[in-house]
Amino acid sequence: MEISKDLTAASSTPIVLSILNDGDSYGYAILKRVRELSGGEIEWTDGMLYPVLHRLERLGHIKARWGESETGRQRKYYRITASGRAHLDEERRQWKVVNTTMRGIWGSIQVAFTRTPPARPLLLLAPQGI
Amino acid sequence: MNSMNTPNASGPLEDEIAQWRAYLSRRQAVQSVDVAELEDHLREQISSLTGAGLAADEAFLVAVKRMGALDGLSREFAREHSDRLWKQLVLAPTDSGADAATQRDGIAALGFAIGAGVAVKVPVLFGMDLDTHESVYIRNLSFFVLPLLTAYFAWKRQVGTATIRALVAAFAVAAIAINVLPFTPAGTTEVLSALHLPIALWLVVGVSYASVRWKEVDGRMDFIRFSGELFIYYVLIALGGGVLTGFMASIFLSVGIRVDTFFQQWLIPCCAAGAVIVASWLVEAKKSVVENMAPVLARLFTPMFALVLIAFLVTLLVTGRPIEIKREILIMFDGLLAVVLGMLLYSMSARDANAEPTGYDALQVILVVAALAADAVALWAMATRIGELGSTPNRLAGLGMNIVLLVNLAWSAVLYIKFMRGRGEFAALERWQTSYLPVYAAWAAVVAIVFPFVFGFV
Repeated sequence: MEISKDLTAASSTPIVLSILNDGDSYGYAILKRVRELSGGEIEWTDGMLYPVLHRLERLGHIKARWGESETGRQRKYYRITASGRAHLDEERRQWKVVNTTMRGIWGSIQVAFTRTPPARPLLLLAPQGI
Repeated sequence: MNSMNTPNASGPLEDEIAQWRAYLSRRQAVQSVDVAELEDHLREQISSLTGAGLAADEAFLVAVKRMGALDGLSREFAREHSDRLWKQLVLAPTDSGADAATQRDGIAALGFAIGAGVAVKVPVLFGMDLDTHESVYIRNLSFFVLPLLTAYFAWKRQVGTATIRALVAAFAVAAIAINVLPFTPAGTTEVLSALHLPIALWLVVGVSYASVRWKEVDGRMDFIRFSGELFIYYVLIALGGGVLTGFMASIFLSVGIRVDTFFQQWLIPCCAAGAVIVASWLVEAKKSVVENMAPVLARLFTPMFALVLIAFLVTLLVTGRPIEIKREILIMFDGLLAVVLGMLLYSMSARDANAEPTGYDALQVILVVAALAADAVALWAMATRIGELGSTPNRLAGLGMNIVLLVNLAWSAVLYIKFMRGRGEFAALERWQTSYLPVYAAWAAVVAIVFPFVFGFV
């Protein structure tokens, strides 16, 4: 699924911080994890992750160090910092509010829709393009 | 980089990765550490794709595609690292080998600068103060800084003993000549000599600067570039120094202490001398890091000067007003030709000699021709009245310099037009300019040493 640019920008910080909160990681593995967790729905352009990582590093939310991959290649690993955890908590709170609100709105709309036109309710639920 | 980890990694794949890396490295906002990070990503992606059954070249294409368009990527990097778009003059590079050399160079430059500062006060040891023996200082203007600057470059370039002997001899001859000649104190010829000697000796600095490359066009061109940048850096340092001394005078005055004498006797002369060497060192240290300023200024002002000169010529034609014959006017025209020559030189110094002629080249030709025309009008007016005016040393020196510059620009215009019409090479113009350098020095030496005899040391 194509996720809009604004939404990608807004969600990348909590996603990256959450993944690093589970343990140190590096760029490729972070992207792989995002793909897995979203069931392949979120597809970031690979290169775009790195400016995000660098921004988080500049803000002090994560810390980078050069290490070696299992094959001996130079690899940059990232670790979440205390400030990053605090920021993640804050983000989580905000997203929860947004999430609850949207569920509330969309829940009631869907109910409203399914109630008023009793005829052909299936059309609304059917995937588009069929 | 280790390529053992990808068994499928054959020669072509490594080549392609190297090409991709080189392409990425060219982006200003993407630094080499980022390239390493992204390359690790690319390789991991490729090995995962080849593991899934793709051929190496297919895997490379997919991995690059997933990485995203380089333009967008470098734009994102630039947004995060906007500071990188400003090239910084890093005086301590991270490379440890170059680090030691830069540091040693900086310390040496500081030593030579202090030497120049001290040299200014050497005459005081012999009881000659700036106030009481102004004449001594005027004559020896060239010898406070230039020998030390020459020594700095001789040390830096490890100039051979034969060249060192020649450099020392040049300074010795000049120093003896100017101090032995029986000038009338603060007379015309003395001032002329003091003004022209630095021009002549600047060539000696050039020999030291270019060292073994002095005979080559490129070596001399580098010296021309160095001179222009040095001038700009010196002006900037002087501006900074002005701000500093201004505040210093004010804050000390606030507690009722006047520092004027200290300024005039010590701070300003010593720092002005030392700053030449510091500026030289800065130009050398930053030459590959920061864009050269002189060509940028030349490019900026070439159209404007051309416009002003054409407007002047049109005004002359329309109104028919004669040019006033005064020494100041002659000197002004000398300055004008020097500025035009400078713009020509610094535009040339930044130009790719193999590039085709462009509109800017045409503008250069227009500028030079317009300057020549304006100067020719002035010279014509002067020639018609030279008999009644008589030839004073000043007038002759100004006229001589004018002719030296005029000849250079005239032949430059010829060569430039030839190049524009595809009948000559740009390199010929460069060769002409670099070969001409000794002519300025020779004329300056004639004014400094021969003129006093001719005019009886007035």
